[in-house]
Order: sequence, then C-alpha cells, then structure tokens
Amino acid sequence: MTLPPLAYHAIVGFIVLNVVVGMVTYVTLLERKFAARMQSRIGPYYVGPHGLLQPIADALKLMLKEDIVPTSADRWIYNLAPIVFLVPCILIFATLPFAPGLGVADLNIGVLFFLAVSSLEIVGLFMGGWGSNNKYALLSAMRAVNQIISYDLPFVFAAFVPVVLTGSLQMSAIVDAQRGLWFVAYPVIGQLAFVAYLVATLAAENRVPFDILEAESELVAGFRVEYSGMKFALIQLGEYAHMIGTSFLGALLFLGGWLGPGAETPLVGALWFLLKAMLIFLVVTWVRWSFVRIRVDQILAISWKLLLPATVVLLLAAAGWVAVRGPHVA
Amino acid sequence: MADTLQRSTVEIGYGGSERLTMNMGPQHPSAHGVFRAVLTLEGETVVAVDAVIGYLHRCHEKLAETLTYVQYPSIASKTDYVSAMTVELAYVAVVELVGKIDVPKRAQYLRLICAELQRIASHCLWLGTWCMDMGGALGGGATIFLYAIRERELVLDLFESLTGARLLYGFHQVGGTRYDLPAGWEQKCRETLSVIEQRLDEYEAMLEDNAFFLVRTQGVGVISRELAESVGVAGPLLRGSGVAYDLRTAAPYSSYGEFDVRVPVETAGDCYARYRVRMAEFRESIRLVRTALDGLPEGPISSRPGVKSVGQVRIPKGEGYSRIEGARGEVGCYLVADGGAKPYRLKWRGASFSNLAVLPHIIPGHKIADVVAIMGSVDPVFGEVDR
Repeated sequence: MTLPPLAYHAIVGFIVLNVVVGMVTYVTLLERKFAARMQSRIGPYYVGPHGLLQPIADALKLMLKEDIVPTSADRWIYNLAPIVFLVPCILIFATLPFAPGLGVADLNIGVLFFLAVSSLEIVGLFMGGWGSNNKYALLSAMRAVNQIISYDLPFVFAAFVPVVLTGSLQMSAIVDAQRGLWFVAYPVIGQLAFVAYLVATLAAENRVPFDILEAESELVAGFRVEYSGMKFALIQLGEYAHMIGTSFLGALLFLGGWLGPGAETPLVGALWFLLKAMLIFLVVTWVRWSFVRIRVDQILAISWKLLLPATVVLLLAAAGWVAVRGPHVA
Repeated sequence: MADTLQRSTVEIGYGGSERLTMNMGPQHPSAHGVFRAVLTLEGETVVAVDAVIGYLHRCHEKLAETLTYVQYPSIASKTDYVSAMTVELAYVAVVELVGKIDVPKRAQYLRLICAELQRIASHCLWLGTWCMDMGGALGGGATIFLYAIRERELVLDLFESLTGARLLYGFHQVGGTRYDLPAGWEQKCRETLSVIEQRLDEYEAMLEDNAFFLVRTQGVGVISRELAESVGVAGPLLRGSGVAYDLRTAAPYSSYGEFDVRVPVETAGDCYARYRVRMAEFRESIRLVRTALDGLPEGPISSRPGVKSVGQVRIPKGEGYSRIEGARGEVGCYLVADGGAKPYRLKWRGASFSNLAVLPHIIPGHKIADVVAIMGSVDPVFGEVDR
C-alpha cells in the first residue's frame, strides 16, 4: 500500500515536528548540565534520575502558569507574536535531511529555503517587542532588528561557501560532496568559513556575547519581558529550535552531515549527524558561558567592519577557486 | 519628565528629537538592591540620568539613639551588610575615641585581620555582580559570579567559625573584640588565603585576556581626577582616578600604622582602572592578613570585662568622628555622647552614598549597556546608601 504524497509528507512532518520539540526540551537540559559543570555546580538533579525529568517538569509548569496580557498591550500583535516567531523556527527543519532519504523534503534549493525562512523570525520578534507596549521590550525589538539584519548577511555568505564549493543548493548533494573531505578541513577557505559561520550563528541565535536583545541585566528580558506561561514557552521553544536548526546546518555544511562509519544505515547516519550538531551546539554554549556581553554599537561594528567584508572576500575566493579548479567532488 | 530634566545635572546635546524616559529600578536585575535611575534616552544613548534613592531607608541613625553602646554594633553591621565587619569597627572606634577607651594590641590585630578578610569577601561579591551586570545571569557573567561567590563562601566559613555568623557578625565590642581565634583557625585562614590567591590569577586570566571584557570596560565611565576630587568619591573609585588616598595610610587606625600598606593607584579613571585597583587590593589584603597572623601578639582581647548588662558601657559627654577605610571607601561615624549608656546622636557617612553622586556626571553620553557596567564598577551597597 502506498500513501498519497500529501498524507506521506503530513505524517513525516508530524514526526519531525515532535522530534524537534523533544530535542528542544532535552537540549535545554544538556545546556544546563554543561553550564553547571563549567560553573562548578551540579545542575538539575532532583526531578528524576540526574534531573532527567526536569525539562518535562518545566514544560508542565509553563503550561499551568497564568497567561497574562498587559492591559495596554496591542492584543492582536501581542498574542500572534509567539506563533509568528515559532513557525519559521520550526519550518527550517522542513528541508533538513537527517540522513539520506530521512526528512520531510530534500528540496533542490534546500539551503536557500533554510536561510530565507530562518531570517523570518525577526518579524515575530519585532511584533512581540512592539505589541507588549513596554519600554524594555521596545528597545529590545529595535536592537533585534539592527542585529539580525547586520548578521544575516555574513551568516548567509559564510553558509554559501560550501554551496559554492559544491555547486549545489541541495543539502544531500552538499553532504555527498564531502565524502572524501569535510569542508571544515578544506584548506584555508573551509576553516575560515567555519569560524565565520560560528560567529554569525552566535549573533543570529542571540546568544551571549551577542544577546543584546535579551540582555536581562539591562532590558530585564527584552522583547519577551511581558510574556508568561505558554506564550513564553513558545518563544523559548522557537529560540532553541532555531539554535538546533543552525547547529544542524553547520554540521551539514562543514562537518559532513551524516557521514561517518556505518552511515549507510539511515539511523546510524542520523546519529552521527546528531552528534556533530550537538558538538557545534556545545561549542556555542561554551562561548556563551564564558564571555561577557558586548555593546550594541560594538556588535554592529564587528559585523559591518569585520565579519561582512571577511565573508564576502571568502565567498569570492571560493568562487574564484571553483572557477579555476571546478567544483569540489568527492 | 520635565522634572527629570531639570533635576539632572549634566545633559549632552544630541541630534535626535525623540526622547524616551525609562525607569531602571527600583526593581531591576542590575539595581544592586533598590536603586532607581531615571534615564532619558535618545535611541540607545543616555542623555540624562536622575538617581533616586531612599527605598531602603531603615532609620539606622535614629535607631542608634535608642540602643545602648553594647547593643548597637550588631545593628551597625546591617548598614553595609556586604562588609559588616567594617561598619562595626567604625562604630566601636568612635565610641572608644569619645570614651577614651584603650584597645589591647591583640584585639587591634584581630580587628585588622577581620577587616581585611571582609574586604576580600566584599570584593568577591563586587567582582561577581559586576560581571553579571555585563555578562548577564545567563552568560559568562554568571560563571564569574559563581566562581567569586565560591571564594566568598570560604571567607564566610572563616567568619562562621570565628563568630558563629556568616553575614552580620557582632564581632566587635567597645574596648576590643568579643571572640578570640578558635583552635586551628589560623591554619585554616592561611590555607584559604592561598586558595583565593591562586584563584585570583584564574580570574585575571579569564577576564584580562578576553577582548570582549576589555572593550566593555576600557574607556567606559571615565572619572577624571578633578571630578573625583570635586564630587568627593572615595575608595577604589578615587584610587582608580589617580589619587593615592587610603585611610589605612593617611590616617592609620587599629594598628595599621605598624604595617606597610601599599596603596594601589591607577590613573585611567575608567571601569577597567577601578577593576585593576580592586584586584590589587585583593592581593594587598591577603598580604596584610598574613603579616598580621605572623605577628599576632598574645594578650587579652578586650580592655573591658565581659558583657553582663546592656547598659554597662557609659560614655562621658563629648563628640568625635572615626574614619575607616571600608571596601567601598571611607566609612565614617560621628557620635555625640551625653554621658549615658546610649548615644545622643549618631551620624553615618557611607562611601556608597558619596560614590553614587558621581553617576550623573559620567553616565550621560554612554549607551544603556554601559550604565550597568558603570553602576557595577561603583559597587554601591544600598543598605549603606539609604541606611
């Protein structure tokens, strides 16, 4: 029996959605445990063995919390913002193959789709900041627009280096091209692009040292200061989904995706992919818990004066290289 | 808003036209207690700031008039609850000054040891909270905070085994100290100091090799030497602006004259200079405690008999002022005695209070993110500001 394509995609999409939500829940625990070890603490411990049920307890708590809408908020915008924020963050997984043939859709413009959709989150973010009618939230929304516009460009340029080297926007084709050599090991261009990608990822995910839009010591909680309960949970979910999504993309573009011993079996391949993505996630987390936040003008200066020119040069170099030597084939 | 603009002392010109008045505090993650800063913003730039204090006023000076000289030291410690030893010392010092009461040598050394340990503990808290202001409770700042608090706990453990209390000690009494060192305390103290000394190197490596920390602190919130002297800031702020003034050498008390106190001075006057001064003070305090432990004389710890009734200390009519170099600067206590068992009038001078007065001069022109960095570098304790 074969399912009609629509039903097949709906089922796969449903599974992927749930996997993503589950991953978000447990990635928070991973981060908390990792941060705790860095800070000579233990971290969540009491809910379940070694705190393994802590994320579930947290999710339940957020669901049960009272949902407060400030009286002066713009109700429509305020209520819609978490959903508008969440949808693109989840949608980025639509074109992400977890292993050969294991994914919702392996589009021939997969990378482009991913990058385009992921930058849509700014709309929800700005709606939340504006609709809350709170000065902290407004300032945070202003910062968000500044920062995300500045960092999306280097982010895209860095992510396009492997695309140029492969000559394809299809994610599975990019992975196949890395069969012999991961792009992170590609001489000079690969390493520089990977570093640029990591820095731009930090900024695009609003993580310390680039978390000026959350900036809880200045703006309390930034654009989500007025959100509580399930709406807050949705924003948090979206943020972490975005973070995991970019980690997966980084692993796919630079670390060879699902390639590894025994990767012919889809599940083993998916496991490799997950491990590599978590490696990137932990590097990002490591940076987060060891740096202080930098100022808004300094963040913009880093982007426009350093990262953007550097990534443009890198992309041109990669293009020149490919023009001379032809695309990289495994 | 009009009121705000009139009351602020410094305002810079700015090309924009739309202004936003934002209350930072009294309930705010970086309020360091209950500080309220009314910021006037143009975009991200602060053009005027109005500092509002008084949210933690607890009538400490009036309270002193209702409590006897025996009772009050443990209340005095609640004015600056982050360095309780220092304020207790300021109070008993002024009572001893007015009452012309001698303090045995051993008690003076014990007071010095506690004051310097307290400075270490207080600076630990400052380092942690300041980094948390800049780095966020969900970022690298929290990491430094937890490290610093870990070291502060070691000092508090020492105080606990000495006095039985961890925050507000009641260690000092008129004429000496209440407790002598328990057995093994000296050894434990030396071990703690070596641990902290070692960890200080780690902090410095973590912070000073970090470009992001440097760009957040260098050149931010510059207090010029002239400004520092005219506003009357004290402690690390003053020494960070190039003035080598420390009461431990300028007006020695409690045997400080017998020690070679080295006063760290930086000339830049920015947040980083204040950071450097405090880091040097950490090491200086460690050295002083070690020297004092080496030369700790034997003898009684108090020139007065043990406390039997709360009214047993009576001070003859007179008045006087004592000054102590606390962790945040000059802690002063002015006492008017009328011959009874209670002060007629008591006045506190808190270093945090005079240090806060510099904020309206240095904040305008900075970004919002710098406001919290500057606030943290001033290291205010609001118990001491509002009293």
